[in-house]
Parts: sequence; C-alpha cells; structure tokens
Amino acid sequence: MEWEVVIGLEIHAQLRTKSKIFSGASTAYGAEPNTQACAVDLGLPGVLPVLNREVVRMATKFGLAIGAEVAQKSVFARKNYFYPDLPKGYQISQFELPIVKAGTLTISLEDGSSKEIGVTRAHLEEDAGKSLHEDFHGMTGIDLNRAGTPLLEIVSEPDMRSAKEAVAYMRKIHALVQYLDICDGNMQEGSFRCDANVSVRPKGQQEYGTRTEIKNINSFRFVERAINFEVQRQIDLIEDGGEVVQETRLYDPDRNETRSMRSKEEANDYRYFPDPDLLPVMIEPEFIDAVRKEMPELPDAKKARFQSEHGLSDYDAENLTATRDTADYFEAVLAELAGEAKLIANWMNGELAARLNRDGIDIQDAPVGAVAFAGLLLRIKDNTISGKIAKEVFDAMWVGEGSADAIIDSRGLKQITDTGAIEAIIDEVIANNPSQVEQYRGGKAQLLGYFVGQVMKASKGKANPAQVNQILRDKLSG
Amino acid sequence: MSLDAEQVAKIAWLARIEIDSDAIPEYARNLSSILDFVEQMDAVDTSGIEPMAHPQDVPQRLRDDVVTESNQRETFLKIAPATENGLFLVPRVIE
Repeated sequence: MEWEVVIGLEIHAQLRTKSKIFSGASTAYGAEPNTQACAVDLGLPGVLPVLNREVVRMATKFGLAIGAEVAQKSVFARKNYFYPDLPKGYQISQFELPIVKAGTLTISLEDGSSKEIGVTRAHLEEDAGKSLHEDFHGMTGIDLNRAGTPLLEIVSEPDMRSAKEAVAYMRKIHALVQYLDICDGNMQEGSFRCDANVSVRPKGQQEYGTRTEIKNINSFRFVERAINFEVQRQIDLIEDGGEVVQETRLYDPDRNETRSMRSKEEANDYRYFPDPDLLPVMIEPEFIDAVRKEMPELPDAKKARFQSEHGLSDYDAENLTATRDTADYFEAVLAELAGEAKLIANWMNGELAARLNRDGIDIQDAPVGAVAFAGLLLRIKDNTISGKIAKEVFDAMWVGEGSADAIIDSRGLKQITDTGAIEAIIDEVIANNPSQVEQYRGGKAQLLGYFVGQVMKASKGKANPAQVNQILRDKLSG
Repeated sequence: MSLDAEQVAKIAWLARIEIDSDAIPEYARNLSSILDFVEQMDAVDTSGIEPMAHPQDVPQRLRDDVVTESNQRETFLKIAPATENGLFLVPRVIE
C-alpha cells in the first residue's frame, strides 16, 4: 500500500529578552544553578507575575512576519500539571486566546518548487526549570534558572508531507526568528526546539491517521531522522495488523529510535483556565503600527532584492539569505567590493561554506571576517593571484596567518603577469617536450592541457592562467 | 451534577492529594453539591455575551525588560528541605 505522511510541528522559540516573562530575574544562559531564580520564578506565596512588554513586542513582530492577525486581546491561562521543575504546579501559557492568530509561511523544496505551510497560531508561555537526574543520593537535583524564561510556541497546521518538508519549515522559522532578532536560535542551548506530530494514512484517504508526538528535538538532523524512524515504525505496525496508539514519544539520537514516554500518559488532563493573576493583554493598533515600522527586511524580500539588485541566481540568493548572519556577511563583503556580487556569491557558497561545514561553525564565528574575506577576493579580481592560489591563501587566513596581502607577500604568491616572464617559462617547457609538441602540432589538441599543467608547475602555480593559455596557443601553433 | 467514585479518585490524583478510599463517597457527595450550587448559573442565558477572562475590566500592565532581581539563592535554599551544590533536591523522578 502507498502511504501518505502527515506532519505538524510545534516549535518553541526562546525570546531574546534580558529578563524573564513575568519577573525581573535575568535570562542569561549558563549561570550557576538557582542564582537567577527569584521568588516569582519559584512560585513562592504572595508573589504576582507582571508581563514583560518586550515579549509582547516580539510576538507582535513574529505575527506581522507571517501575515497573521495580532490579537487585540489575548489571555493567559494556567496549564496544570505536576513536575518538580514546575514549582507552581502550573505553567502560565495561552490557550483559547493566543497573541498571534493564523498565518502562513512559504518553504522552498529541493526540486526548486515552493509550498505554503499554515501556521495555526503562536502563543506566549513560560519555560520550566531543569531536572538533573544524576544521582544525588537517590534524589533528583532541580535548577530553576530557566523557569520563567519567555517562549513563543509556534504551532503549524498538519501541512507537511515528508521529513524533508518538516526540516525546510523548521529551518525557515529558525531563519525568520533570527531575522526578526527575537530569538538567538541556539539549538545546543535549547533556545530553539520542536515537537513533531506524526501520522500516516493510506494515500487518498481523507481522515488523518492516529498521531504520535515526538518531544523536544533539538537539531535539524534529528528532526529528519526522528520523523523518518517514526513514519516507518507506524507503517510497519499497521501493515502487521497493529494499531498506532496516540502517545508521546522520545527520540533517542544514539540509537536512532523513538520510544514511548509512558510516565506522561496520565498527564494529558491539563485543566486549562484563565490565570486570575493576569489581566487580559490588550494591544492597541498604534502599538502594532509602531512595531510594523521597525520590521527588518525579511528573508523572502531580501532574496528577491539580491536577485534583482545584484543579478544573483535563485540558488545563490537562496543560500545567501538562508540566515540573517549569512546575508549580513554577504552585504558587508559587497560593501568593500562593489559590483562583484557573483564572485562573492561563488566564494561564499563554495569555499567559505565548505570550511564552515567542515569545522562545524556558524558564519558569525568564522575566523575570517567579511572585511578580510573581501581583501582576499580583491586580489583575485585584480589578478594578483589566481583562484587556485586564492584557496591556499584562504586556508592560511583561516588558521590565523594574517591578511590576504600579508600571506601573498610572505609566501611570494603574487601572480606572474609579466608577459616576458611567462614566455620564458613557456619556451623552456616547449624546449623540454619536443615529442608532445610534435603530437600537438599533428592535431592532438587535447595536449594543450598538458602544457598548461607543465607551465603552472614550473611557475609554482603563479603564472596567470589566462595569459598562459593565450601565449601557449600562439607559440605552439607557430 | 453528580460525581462518581472514579471521578473523585481521578481529581484527587490530578491534584496529588492522597485520600482515604473510605472517604470517597463523602467527597463525592460534597463535591457534587458544590457543583449543583454553581450549576444554578446555567439558567442564565449567556448567548451573545463575550466570555469574561477577568472580573476587572482593565488591561494587563506591562513592565520594561530590565533585570531587577539579584541573586538570593542562599535565602531560598535555606527554606528547602534538601539542597546540594546550589540545587534543590526532590524525590527521584525518572523519565
């Protein structure tokens, strides 16, 4: 039987505020345990939550970015459950009246087509603390620094039909929240994580199959793997005559499998009700207008501009706008090297991307910054070095040997463009290879490559390739 | 509305309140009479009326995004039954 996969994602983006959503405690990452958990975060008696204006502004920004209506009135509700890292016994969240209503997002697929994915809603809520399960004499340790950290939960429609689409959607949201500067997107630190709702149904069937929810996946790679594993598990189960049970599952990256979280089975009765400690959040149209005015250029608009303004291809523009940091890097290089967009795009999407990928680092942490990178490309452009030598120079820059000019100088890599010098090398190569010369003149034109290679070797790669080709042809045909 | 023994046991579990099973019928009776009392409000026609989220008809006040709290860990740890290395300790929870 042919199966259709149905996926919806719930993404938790940690909002980039200085203080918590309902208290004045710091949200800085990595502090000593419980040094950033105040009386409100601990849920001590007599405290009251007061909403952070910044989270309202950030949620509004997100709403505008996905073309959603920002609710004039939204309400905080209590989601009740017991867990030691949730001191109050409830999480303050939003239920019936979220701050951001339905919107849409367009994702690009591998085959070059695009697809619109519905965003059902986005709501504000507080994060819980952290349980440390290492053995403390048979007890569990609790760090409440993270309790009360603001989250925006972004809920999609079940519009995705493959793990790849789910990853494309997740990447797009990831890029968007960073463009909007409302989330740092750091997945290792848990600032951006997702739950995936997965089900399968026979192709053509209208009703959805029973879904399972895979909790807390914190990398793009794991999302793809977890979904693919879960899809296959469900198909195998049904084809063997079994039934999918609606449940929460956990992905184990070490074993590449999902498994049931039985302890949570009982916990699905959250008994939401409006939080009496918080009044409804009213957003005036003037507030929304003010936020609209400070909206940055969004990825899709930037991509279109890169194509029209700088003549880049769809592929180049897509890659260069994939993250805000990449786009900023490109524009910073371009500011130094006006009119060389294509050269910059080629080097960024090729050599730079390969090195970042190899070393597993993000572009903002690249050892070669935009200005230094522009310095390298300038020497390709003005023919000081060839593209091939430039790669060697780039490698040296990457490990901190200095600027492009300093490396070209100290290693003596300056390209030979003096026609007389190149002719001298070519004359020598021709003199040393009489039989190849004969064959070439006899019609074996592909031997030109051999001669170019010999000349480049003799010049230690420094001869200007275009000149070498031209002079070689002239001399050989003569 | 009347609650049965099973519903009472579930409510107690959700609230993590330990109850004596002998006392369940009495809890069921008392809770049911509270619900009956509240149910009188069902007689009011509320169609067309926007649900009320809060009895005070004023918007939520917002605070500026400023860190105003200092580290009071030692004070808070002191009132906890068990602590170690700056952590609160609780009976073991295993996922």
